[in-house]
Amino acid sequence: MKNENLYKYILGIADNSLILGQRMGELCGHGPSLETDIACTNISLDLFGQVRSFYQYAAKIAGDGKTEDDIAMLRKEREYVNVLLVEQPNTNFAYSIGRQFLFDVYHLLFLKELEKSKDLTLSAIATKSIKEVSYHQRFSSDWIKRLGDGTNESHQKIQSAIDDLWTYTDELFHQTGADKAMVKEGIGVNVTTLKDKYYHLVKNVLVESTLKTPESKYFQKGGKQGIHTEHLGYLLAELQYMQRAYPNMEW
Amino acid sequence: MSEEQIKNLEEQFEARIARDEKIEPKDWMPEKYRQTHIRQISQHAHSEVVGMLPEGNWITRAPSLRRKVALLAKIQDEAGHGLYLYSACETLGVSRDELYDQLHSGKAKYSSIFNYPTITWADMGAIGWLVDGAAIINQVPLCNTSFGPYARAMVRVCKEESFHQRQGYEIMIKLANGTPEQKDMAQDALNRWWWPSLMMLGPTDAESIHTEQSMKWKLKRKSNDDLRQQFIDQTVPQAHLIGLTIPDPDLKWNEEKGSYDFGPIDWDEFWQVVKGHGPCNKERMKARVEAWEEGEWVRDAAMAYAEKQKERKEKQAV
Repeated sequence: MKNENLYKYILGIADNSLILGQRMGELCGHGPSLETDIACTNISLDLFGQVRSFYQYAAKIAGDGKTEDDIAMLRKEREYVNVLLVEQPNTNFAYSIGRQFLFDVYHLLFLKELEKSKDLTLSAIATKSIKEVSYHQRFSSDWIKRLGDGTNESHQKIQSAIDDLWTYTDELFHQTGADKAMVKEGIGVNVTTLKDKYYHLVKNVLVESTLKTPESKYFQKGGKQGIHTEHLGYLLAELQYMQRAYPNMEW
Repeated sequence: MSEEQIKNLEEQFEARIARDEKIEPKDWMPEKYRQTHIRQISQHAHSEVVGMLPEGNWITRAPSLRRKVALLAKIQDEAGHGLYLYSACETLGVSRDELYDQLHSGKAKYSSIFNYPTITWADMGAIGWLVDGAAIINQVPLCNTSFGPYARAMVRVCKEESFHQRQGYEIMIKLANGTPEQKDMAQDALNRWWWPSLMMLGPTDAESIHTEQSMKWKLKRKSNDDLRQQFIDQTVPQAHLIGLTIPDPDLKWNEEKGSYDFGPIDWDEFWQVVKGHGPCNKERMKARVEAWEEGEWVRDAAMAYAEKQKERKEKQAV
């Protein structure tokens, strides 16, 4: 492939939204209130919309006849390069919101930089997505505050979720080979430069929510290299079910 | 108020409805009118919300990204319908929590169609095409019903439902024109959803207990049997167009009547499902009750937080 780094770079962005969108989609009809149900479905919808733009572009770059659906649904588990954070399960509402919040803060910072990309398609998708992700971040931050500064029970639940999910945050700022190549060309975002700002923003919300910022220095990584947690396989089994069971058909 | 005064008010009220005036929440209304509307509007709202479950069952497994996005958007619409129907109901002096209570305790009903399982992807097509199709036939006349908030909600609901119906039919077209396996999947879904969709339009006129009063209040403008005939006449040609067969050996065009004759509906099955013994009644209720109970701590947190924010603001003001 001529533009292999660009192709890989796009998947690195889009896989996060694909897997997180799938997780949020699982909640549909099961939310704690009709309003949160609608909001979570909406976030899922936004993320899949972004995924489609990215994969359509990736398919064009690859130029091998593969479609957005082939890319989304017909890779093997080791070929998905999303960060471990987004594949974590919906253990309870605190985990869903904690995961969303920890990703949203990164996502918005990332997209604001991607908007400056020399690659006009990526820049345009970023511009469109910023509007949506700003809303996601507002939604998840508001809920972190409600849960953190709500009741004793909610405080404990969201604190445990943040503590558990914290170990997956550092990976957001790891650079892959494709990342480095794209940064060099003025196309990609240097994620290492987002790290301080990220932890600063996250901490501000946690403090306002009367929550402790975890101090653990031990972090998990591997998603960007396709080495995932055990949760991903099951998620993919559902995501890919139709394409695997009924190959080469149009829907 | 004396009996005579009440009678006078009732006469004025009926005259307003006869003149096609809208009744608004703060207007005087007979208690029976209020109760009937709470029952029907909440039943409608519950149907939207429970209806999210059979379709939500396929979000994670939709066959393409395009279909996944469309399905998510559709279910989100249904949730939105639930939201403004509950709001319309609240204008009659009942809270959403009370209405949920009625649903969870089994006191309130929702559309029985959602007690059938969605076992293949084609069911997403069949639900959009048939179930939303039948819903539109039921609901379009309600855009002119006498109670203002309900009538206005129905205008928006019907617009969106008509979009859903086209979307469902489009899924069926694609399957019917696909591989033999896909076509079988579409036919199988039609076979399973056809009769429940006919039942969705309600018991035969002879068995329908609410019809007469509801007609007077424009909560109902056509009888169940008329609506069912309209649905059949509209849907059969759509099935033929895409090469699918309606699973009714007695279905026949009646030239004289200008409509289709159709075979007997299994009303025993209908009543079995209505009374709570359909294939998924228990699962649907369990899912709703679980979501509500497991969400309690979240709702409590939101209330406690709002309370604290209010106190802080008040302190600042002092």
